[in-house]
Amino acid sequence: MRKMTVAEAIREALRLEMKRDERVFIMGEDVGKFGGCFGVTQGLYEEFGPERVKDTPISETAIIGSAVGAAATGMRPVPEIMFCDFLTVPMDQLVNQAAKMRYMFGGKAKIPMTVRVPVGAGMSAAAQHSQCLEAWFIHVPGLKVVMPSTPADHAGLLISSIRDDNPVMFFEHKMLYGVEGEVPDEIEPIPLGKADIKREGEDVTVIATSMMVYKSLEAAKELEKDGISIEVVDPRTLFPLDKETIFESVKKTNRVVIVHEAVKRGGVGAEIAAQIADEMFDYLDAPIKRVAALNVPIPFSPPLEKYVVPDVKDIINAVKSIAR
Amino acid sequence: MKLKKEELLHFYRKMVEIRKFETKVVELFADGMIPGFVHSYIGEEAVAVGACSNLNDDDYITSTHRGHGHLIAKGGHMDKMMAELFGKETGYCKGKGGSMHIADVDLGILGANGIVGGGFPIAAGAGLSAKMRGTNQVAVCFFGDGASNQTTFHEGINLASIWDLPVVFVCENNMYGISLSQKEHQHIKDISDRATAYGIPGVTVDGNDVIAVYEAVKEAVKRARQGEGPTLIECKTYRHRGHFEGDPTVYRSEEEVEQWKKKDPIKRFRKKLLELGTVTEDELNSIDEEVDKMVEEAVEYAKKGKFPEPEKAVEDVYTDIVEEVRE
Ligand SMILES: Cc1ncc(C[n+]2csc(CCOP(=O)(O)OP(=O)(O)O)c2C)c(N)n1
Ligand SMILES: [Mg+2]
Repeated sequence: MRKMTVAEAIREALRLEMKRDERVFIMGEDVGKFGGCFGVTQGLYEEFGPERVKDTPISETAIIGSAVGAAATGMRPVPEIMFCDFLTVPMDQLVNQAAKMRYMFGGKAKIPMTVRVPVGAGMSAAAQHSQCLEAWFIHVPGLKVVMPSTPADHAGLLISSIRDDNPVMFFEHKMLYGVEGEVPDEIEPIPLGKADIKREGEDVTVIATSMMVYKSLEAAKELEKDGISIEVVDPRTLFPLDKETIFESVKKTNRVVIVHEAVKRGGVGAEIAAQIADEMFDYLDAPIKRVAALNVPIPFSPPLEKYVVPDVKDIINAVKSIAR
Repeated sequence: MKLKKEELLHFYRKMVEIRKFETKVVELFADGMIPGFVHSYIGEEAVAVGACSNLNDDDYITSTHRGHGHLIAKGGHMDKMMAELFGKETGYCKGKGGSMHIADVDLGILGANGIVGGGFPIAAGAGLSAKMRGTNQVAVCFFGDGASNQTTFHEGINLASIWDLPVVFVCENNMYGISLSQKEHQHIKDISDRATAYGIPGVTVDGNDVIAVYEAVKEAVKRARQGEGPTLIECKTYRHRGHFEGDPTVYRSEEEVEQWKKKDPIKRFRKKLLELGTVTEDELNSIDEEVDKMVEEAVEYAKKGKFPEPEKAVEDVYTDIVEEVRE
């Protein structure tokens, strides 16, 4: 094992895949010489050259659309969209083209592309630079959606995403880039659709994504002092969703809190809650609770932003509201 | 064109306002007083001032992430701008917007914008509305060289052209979109060449010459107000600072920066005014001092203001619905 930050782990996974498979290439705004807006692709331009680490104009539609075209014709592009918020710009290429091509063509096309996207609030970047829009994409059949938390998960899941023959949305939290964790010396692919239990517990299942995994683990420590033991389940991929691991945990605790940073209305939590209600109703001893951002755009001013985004105490409150 | 002395002094004052405001902002950002992102307009003052000096209070502008200069040039209030940058409830957007979203709709300022290229169709829409309402208003759309590669550039300008909308598209070609030089992001040298594709006039001017910008935009505004449709004006300029505060600017040379600093729009204009003999050094110095005071007052105003109450976060999403706050 070695220590790596999330950014380093992503970079390492990109390196490994680019070395392994020459069809893999990166493109996006300022990803080359500049090393990416958040420094994630630093050094890759020097190592692989401008043909495989391509700086693009500010043209998100062309970034995604050309990735679709290249993927359909034998390449394995890894485009980066600088902020999740800018995904609104190439939405047609993602939703109507990338996601549906294979189906519309009767199974005759493959679109192996992985779109890397920084999400999240926490830097007073305001309403157009802070969103978590992952829920939009689980609503689109044809796309896979990955949203890891730890450095090791970012690395392993990115490798699987790049090797996957389908379009994958890969959401990275920008406030996690500097967070360190253990990464195996030999990075192995982690299969999509496999959740991970980040902490075992008995009383309440907390299903958390991305940054909220860390907040839930903090909440776990606090709750322990009050004699409440939570199990923190990180789905890691939102589609395909590892229902089995989630359901096993629910069977054990009979109580569920779902935590994500995106706004609550129509969020991923709603989908997961519905699936649990559907199939695990008999195991539930309390209503399923969701902890999420308030249903507002992310405001600029620090006290407002802090208030809108869910925090450790919101998780603690939700757990306590249903704990035995 | 013969410009009156008061017009020339207005240009000078507005450019100095922007320069001193921005210089202060850079300093306050470094001191940690301003959260989030700040994109400095230093070096590009002549574009905003030259363009906006042709506009009335009820004319519209759409701005960009690098928007402070446009706001000041269009008459935006420095104190409320500064308070917004601080995230205070006394700011233009009650602390909800910050640098990239400052707006003053009463002054026709339809907002800075966090989305590169977001303004093109909005400006076309403001022009459409002016036309439908039968007013004499125009809309000026500010955008960068980098933004000219967005789909919205084509769609917005094309729409404005076929409907003869009263819009002036003002490109601030500062030769870079973040780290990518214009050479690397497009195959043309003059963005105004693209006007041909829409059958509208396209002009390139020295964007560090406030009078050149003023005159080009004057002509375009006249056309727009007469119902003759949009114009594309490219202003060649340069940002003295990095793309954002904190940018290591590894992608351009010190020499290049120094070359452009020699063409500083304010220094140049000041020199020209003195050479023309229209104004005295004392007159200009007293403007400088007045603006220093304005900026100090703006900072005081910003510091005095309170941060918004957290619960205010749920207001202003809709006109009629306010959802519940956190327990
Ligand atoms: C849709 C979108 N893509 C990317 C960005 C990130 N971004 C912010 S400013 C900028 C560069 C803009 O360049 P240009 O239009 O030339 O304006 P300048 O910064 O030079 O004034 C980029 C890429 C963004 N804000 N929005
Ligand atoms: Mg530029």
